[in-house]
Amino acid sequence: MSFTRSESARGMVLAAPATVYAGFLVAAPLLMLAAHSLWTQSYVTIDRTPTLDNYTSALSDPLVGHLLFRSLLISAGVTAVTVALAYPIAYFIARRARRKTLWLLLVTIPFWSSYLLRVFAWKVILGYNGVLNSALIGTGVIGEPLTFLLYNEFAVVLTLAHAWAPFAILPIYVSLRKIDPALLEAATDLGSGRIERFLRVTLPLTVPGIVAACLIIFIPTVGDYVTPSLVGGSDGKMIANLIQVQFGAANNWPLGAALSLLAMLAVGFIAIVFVLAATGIGRRIR
Amino acid sequence: MRLPGGLAAYAALYLAFLYAPAMFLPLFSFSDGTIVAFPITGWTLEWYRQLGGQETMLRALANSLAVGAISALLSTSMGVLAARALVRSRFPGSRAAEGLIMLPLVIPGVIVASSMLVLFVSIGLKPSLAAVVLGHAFLALPFSVAIMKSSFEGFDASLEEAAVDLGSTPFETFRRVTLPIAAPGIVASLLVTFTVSFDEFVLAFFLSGSQPTLPVYIWSQIRFPAKLPNTLALGTLLLLASVLLLALAEYFRRRSTGADGS
Repeated sequence: MSFTRSESARGMVLAAPATVYAGFLVAAPLLMLAAHSLWTQSYVTIDRTPTLDNYTSALSDPLVGHLLFRSLLISAGVTAVTVALAYPIAYFIARRARRKTLWLLLVTIPFWSSYLLRVFAWKVILGYNGVLNSALIGTGVIGEPLTFLLYNEFAVVLTLAHAWAPFAILPIYVSLRKIDPALLEAATDLGSGRIERFLRVTLPLTVPGIVAACLIIFIPTVGDYVTPSLVGGSDGKMIANLIQVQFGAANNWPLGAALSLLAMLAVGFIAIVFVLAATGIGRRIR
Repeated sequence: MRLPGGLAAYAALYLAFLYAPAMFLPLFSFSDGTIVAFPITGWTLEWYRQLGGQETMLRALANSLAVGAISALLSTSMGVLAARALVRSRFPGSRAAEGLIMLPLVIPGVIVASSMLVLFVSIGLKPSLAAVVLGHAFLALPFSVAIMKSSFEGFDASLEEAAVDLGSTPFETFRRVTLPIAAPGIVASLLVTFTVSFDEFVLAFFLSGSQPTLPVYIWSQIRFPAKLPNTLALGTLLLLASVLLLALAEYFRRRSTGADGS
């Protein structure tokens, strides 16, 4: 098929509705959010005199810094755990499994069930009178219910690592499949053992997949609302919970907007630093 | 990695970790106890029977069905056109356009939700099911584009060329050649985007106002321990619906890409 000028014009026309829709719903809300973050809430009305008050009060509030730091830390932990657990699976599917499509399907199916329900399931499992405690007591492993299972950072990390698993497996799988088998043969011919071959050929070549997996998990989990609310207790609350309060019970949208933007800036900054660091390391070990 | 079977065993364990949690919802939804704990003393269908009489839940279900259907239609119609353009035409900015369409997948949910709430209220659209529809169409669009792209990649462009050579207008070609061949892909996209909307919680929580969707209703029930058995039963039905819808979508997707060899 030849790509004439009219074909190119047709492409633009056909892509326009989706692009304009997505573009509008990305840009306009963020602009509006930015505008709100410069306004102030005075009782039920919004004072539209531009000010940085929301930012200064957010940044000087220790709770905000604490929650934001904890959110970033929890997400970093979730990312590390999820990617580390997922890498062997991606490796298994890419290199060993005979029925690759079936395996890929099997690891992605859980993702398609309701996120809310998956988090709810963990709440039910980890609870004081929950599935795990009652099973352990019933089998005589423990005498008293374990209290450290639910309502803390551990529960949040576990639940998120479970929920985001497919997002780590798929990019790593893709980067593993892209590796030219000739490179592995060359490494073997040149006397590399299996471990060395993995560390010096396979692992460096899958860095793009690992980086993609990390970003796909880290960015959205920082702003996760459901998991910290259901299984986080007071020790596992994250920044999204505080943002929701501003848009809900506290009814301070300008402050909520400032918090949203601060969270986004923090996530964006860390993501960029991470990408730069990872590409640097990837280049060096190669 | 030393034992060839070690990796396979790990894979099996991993699958168990992925699937086990969701299995406890159906299991305990049939338990006659009111707390979710072993041992299960007896089995009952009572929790399911009670669901039938819950007016608020049924209204939430109706809301979810309507929101899901409309946002699926919206996102799939935009997705079909965009995917067709991305697969068949080379045009300036096509990569940027695709990146923009895929963006909703990586923006944290609470930021999408809060910023949309701010925008909608500012332009006079109060939190409502209409607002949820607009948001869900946005969230579901990347899924539709991905499915339709693989569907268009699977069919022969020369069929469209032949139609044009035989004197069809572009619109006629699209309607009489492209659409029928892409139909299974379109059905798959409709089912997947419907499911995305049907299961979505955070955006609906921010935007639905006084008209809860089913996940928002479930959220309101999770807080009440007394409602736990009913919530388990409802959750089980929702899981079942997702699985059925997606199995159906996968069937159509395979037909559209010819993955089953036909």
